[in-house]
Amino acid sequence: MAKYLLKRAFYMIITLFVIISLTFFLMKLIPGTPFASASKLQPEQLTIMKEKYGLDEPLMVQYAKYMGNVVQGDLGTSFQFNNVPVTELLTSRIGPSMQLGFQAMFFGTIIGIFLGVIGALKQNTWVDYGSTFIAVLGKSIPNFVFAGLLQYYIGVKMGWLPVLFWKGWEYSIMPTIALSMFPIAITARFIRTEMIDVLGSDYITLAKAKGANYFEIAFKHGLRNALIPVITVIGPLAVGMMTGSLVVEKIFAIPGIGDQFVKSIQVNDYSVIMGTTVLFSVLFVIIILVIDILYGVIDPRIRLSGGKK
Amino acid sequence: MANSQIKLTKDKFAPAIIDSSLGEAIDKPSLNAWQDAWLRVRKNKAAIVSMVVIVLVILLAFTGPLFSGKEAKTQTLPHNNLPSRIPVLENISWLPFDGMRTLNNGTQVDIYEQKGIEEYYWFGTDGLGRDLFTRVCEGTQISLYIAFLAALLDMLIGVTYGAVSGYFGGRLDNYMQRFTEILSSIPNLVIVILMILVFKPGIVSITLALALTGWVSMARVVRAQTMKMKEQEFVLASRTLGASNAKIIFKHLLPNMVGVILINTMFSIPNAIFFEAFLSFIGLGLQDPLASLGTLIDDGFKTLRLYPHIVIYPAIFISLIMICFNMIADGLRDALDPKMRD
Repeated sequence: MAKYLLKRAFYMIITLFVIISLTFFLMKLIPGTPFASASKLQPEQLTIMKEKYGLDEPLMVQYAKYMGNVVQGDLGTSFQFNNVPVTELLTSRIGPSMQLGFQAMFFGTIIGIFLGVIGALKQNTWVDYGSTFIAVLGKSIPNFVFAGLLQYYIGVKMGWLPVLFWKGWEYSIMPTIALSMFPIAITARFIRTEMIDVLGSDYITLAKAKGANYFEIAFKHGLRNALIPVITVIGPLAVGMMTGSLVVEKIFAIPGIGDQFVKSIQVNDYSVIMGTTVLFSVLFVIIILVIDILYGVIDPRIRLSGGKK
Repeated sequence: MANSQIKLTKDKFAPAIIDSSLGEAIDKPSLNAWQDAWLRVRKNKAAIVSMVVIVLVILLAFTGPLFSGKEAKTQTLPHNNLPSRIPVLENISWLPFDGMRTLNNGTQVDIYEQKGIEEYYWFGTDGLGRDLFTRVCEGTQISLYIAFLAALLDMLIGVTYGAVSGYFGGRLDNYMQRFTEILSSIPNLVIVILMILVFKPGIVSITLALALTGWVSMARVVRAQTMKMKEQEFVLASRTLGASNAKIIFKHLLPNMVGVILINTMFSIPNAIFFEAFLSFIGLGLQDPLASLGTLIDDGFKTLRLYPHIVIYPAIFISLIMICFNMIADGLRDALDPKMRD
């Protein structure tokens, strides 16, 4: 186990190193300067500005400096958003994103599990087709289309929920629903397949033979075993949350990381883009690692042998 | 029971003649793998309906601009933001094709009559007076083009990478696997966005970015299949006969995994369509006057409250295409995956 963890940590560091380097050099390839209203600056002013931000130094020196700073948790200063340090900018905005992400994840998996279970129990009936249809819709309809329509019909036309901004709990309802479509779809399909598989196994037949009631079989014996493999889809779900947060936060004007990312892309603020990229990657890499370890802990059939055949 | 009189004649009780050689007879026509798969796909009604819909959408996308009689780029500013009006259907009151616009106070106005416009804009017009029907058709073409090209490229890269890695094995495989491991732990979103930022949004750069991030899962599947098959007798036989490695891979191994490759490609098409639209939505899409479904939706969102029709049509098209491709891919997987065989 210790050896496995060490090995994984080593890969994690390599991965992060690759991502940060890749981001750095790609951002340097972008034409133009990152300064606001650069076209109005005189060449002399531009030189001074570049000097101030250390952009006149050789590329490798900049790279080494950036790497050194990132290791210490300093992601540079924003060029466009009032020269705020990127780390500060991101930490001030992480709250809403986290809340939204967790709410959507929680709500989405619960509904998804429910849909999947009833789909499996009532296999090949209209209940099953209905839940499969919802899952296909959730997977197929692009999240920005869904979020936009939700905002228009529930928020604007009906006026039931606030349309924009982030001022209280009720403001998070629509974004959460919009963001949870993807987890609903993924977990529903996954749980359905797993449940059908589990319900056909011998220990379920035994439980039936012993006279356990329907719900006990479905939830105590069936669902618990069907849930284990669901851990493997948490990775794709986390990615879905990140992708989703960009559009959902943009549509509902939520002051989160995703909204910040989209804005920085539009104004070419590359220190913020780099910072967000690094943040997303770190989160993703950590989630993957946690999932792998959890999977080994929960399901003793899987041995963490470090990928040896 | 009483009035059904079954006549029992003597010959019905004669002993049957058993010809043991007939026991081996095959009374069903023998099917090759594709006919077999087709039989199973055919049972999946959702997949069949989806195929028909996709074919119709593609036909519409290519022929639509021809019979709409309008150019996607022509701007007729006086005709801007018109609601949709379709001949014949405009007379059916519950369909939204009558050229009426509901104002904020709830009254309906016939904009066409107000402005004295004789023409019919089937899906209405956008803010610059461009015909939306033609634009949606051309947008669908571009979205599909990007998706198919990206799926094709990622199939080529993934299959080659996976086959080489799985076939040669050993140290090469080890290095190649470490590489994909690192690549797959970088969120695709990040790579795609960075690439588009560097190479500027355009059909080629978007396609390349999508292809470069999408091939890893294909490579993984192909590698696993290759490793499973390369020890089998037919490979040994052809190696004994002196076939080169390339010939074994392309002539003997790959044809045996067309099924999984196809399934994987079918799943990457809707994925590419989504990602392209997503990029447009966050401001990294194609530049005007080029339009994809994504950029059309993005444009429409800006005036969603006033003119919802601009966003509705491309949104319906993209959702329809995505649903159909997902259904087809599901159907194909059920039909081609040997584990699912009933």
